[in-house]
Amino acid sequence: MEKISVKVCLGTTCFVMGSANLQELMEIVPAKYGDKVDVCGVPCLGLCSVDWEFSKAPYVKVDDEIIKDATTEKVLSAIDAKLEKK
Amino acid sequence: MAMNTPKQTSHLKREILVRLIKAYLSDNFEENTRKIPYDMRPKGSEVPFRCCIHKERAILRDRVIAGLGLSIEDADDSELLSDLAKKSLERTEPEENPLTVLHTACQGCVPSRIYVTDLCQGCVARPCESTCKFGAIKVENGKSVIDPSKCKNCGMCAQVCPYQAIAKIIVPCENACPVGAIAKDEDGHARIDFDKCISCGKCVSSCPFGAVHKKSQIIDILKSIKEGKKLVAMLAPAIMGQLPCTPKQLKQAILSIGFSDVVEVAEGADITTRNEAAEFAERMEKGDKFMTTSCCAGYNELVEKHIPELKPFRSETKTPAYYTAEMVKKETPEAVTVFFSPCVAKRREAMQNPNIDYVLNFEELGAWFIAMNVQVSECDETAYRKESSAQARNFAVTGGVAGAVNTLLEEGQKAQPYIVDGLNKQSIRDLKKFAKNGSCELGNLIEVMACPGGCLGGSSSINSYKPALKQLTAYVNESPEIKEVVKK
Repeated sequence: MEKISVKVCLGTTCFVMGSANLQELMEIVPAKYGDKVDVCGVPCLGLCSVDWEFSKAPYVKVDDEIIKDATTEKVLSAIDAKLEKK
Repeated sequence: MAMNTPKQTSHLKREILVRLIKAYLSDNFEENTRKIPYDMRPKGSEVPFRCCIHKERAILRDRVIAGLGLSIEDADDSELLSDLAKKSLERTEPEENPLTVLHTACQGCVPSRIYVTDLCQGCVARPCESTCKFGAIKVENGKSVIDPSKCKNCGMCAQVCPYQAIAKIIVPCENACPVGAIAKDEDGHARIDFDKCISCGKCVSSCPFGAVHKKSQIIDILKSIKEGKKLVAMLAPAIMGQLPCTPKQLKQAILSIGFSDVVEVAEGADITTRNEAAEFAERMEKGDKFMTTSCCAGYNELVEKHIPELKPFRSETKTPAYYTAEMVKKETPEAVTVFFSPCVAKRREAMQNPNIDYVLNFEELGAWFIAMNVQVSECDETAYRKESSAQARNFAVTGGVAGAVNTLLEEGQKAQPYIVDGLNKQSIRDLKKFAKNGSCELGNLIEVMACPGGCLGGSSSINSYKPALKQLTAYVNESPEIKEVVKK
């Protein structure tokens, strides 16, 4: 089974708007899902620069799905939904 | 451990700061400021928090007022944001009190009280009745009833109820304030008593409605840059754990938004350490029982306003910000000094110190980077003019100040530190006791930090505590020992 990839944007905008708090995912995700999910912090995904989209930061990508206003809870439920489909 | 502010309210406050800075940098500051509430809640947009779009906008308007550095309480409802923006440009110095309460956002809470829930069984033991010292609770018709005229809100009945049927209802800001400086007035709105307030910022972090705001000085700072002044950034040690970049990249990022120079306040922390170690040794020789540190602005305000009897025990040594600002002004008298701060309390300190012109907190810096599209991790590295010591750079972590002082004390003179990791009602009682007794059995060097975790846990921090600590510690570990930096 292919692994799910979770990319937490740690660009300046996302970091200031809240991805600083999402760094806990780096511990929570491996503990909860083992090797089924890869999680990492990545440099700016470029999603905030479009017009005024900074206000929807922080962004997280779960595979190809973009999560706006990301919170730990939102990311975990997106992972759960993907795992269910597989 | 240190807490972050409720995420949703800090997100909102930061968004407003970004929009305000963008408005300032645009060609029509006043008009674009007026439009902020409408840009954030345009016609037909969803209403995430309040009853209707109009109230959403009204509250956003008030939040912008705090961003302009003005008091929300003083602004008339009829005043346009564009006029208030103009007013913020006209002032020559920031307003005195650093906090302001947004009354339209504040009114959700019921007053603090003890409340008997339906779970009360009207039991035979009735420990609530027997434990109440004020005779305020009686069982009537099979259920405990509180007489509000007698109840002192002590909460003893709630503690002893075997069914946990009695709830202590709190107002978060009142509950968080360690000195009783914030309370609801007769209209039910929270009001800050600035004669009591120690600017610790706990009310800001605790309010679930985000109704307590810090008055920003961002407009004053942006204006100074526009006027071509030479601004010098003085970075509190806690900043090194705040953003996703190296300390040297951070310097370059700050230069890129318009500052002429960037210095570490750790430079001043080395001086503070040297002076405080000498002072401690001298005091102990003289027979003093204990000395407290003096670098935390919230603690200093606490001593001034609530525990003056502690003054003789507080170190006379100045804060790292004081020494740093003194150095900068001596070298460059025309410099406009801006202290980069993790907390609210340093605004007070800055107001009392003519060498510190403005204070910018970490959230405001973050918003500024967003507004100017600065990608900190892509900035070049620029070295600081001086290598400060590991101990000075570690001032931001609880225990760091006492640890630094102890490093400079000779064997045989070493202090026994006692760490007050965060001011709260209990730790304030302890401090009062030490002052009253003239001694502290737990140690002879009392380090006091208003925020749990130290400055790194300050109410304006961006990063969460654990990763911030990891990042700062990495920087500390690559820094030289204080004995190599400080010459006696």
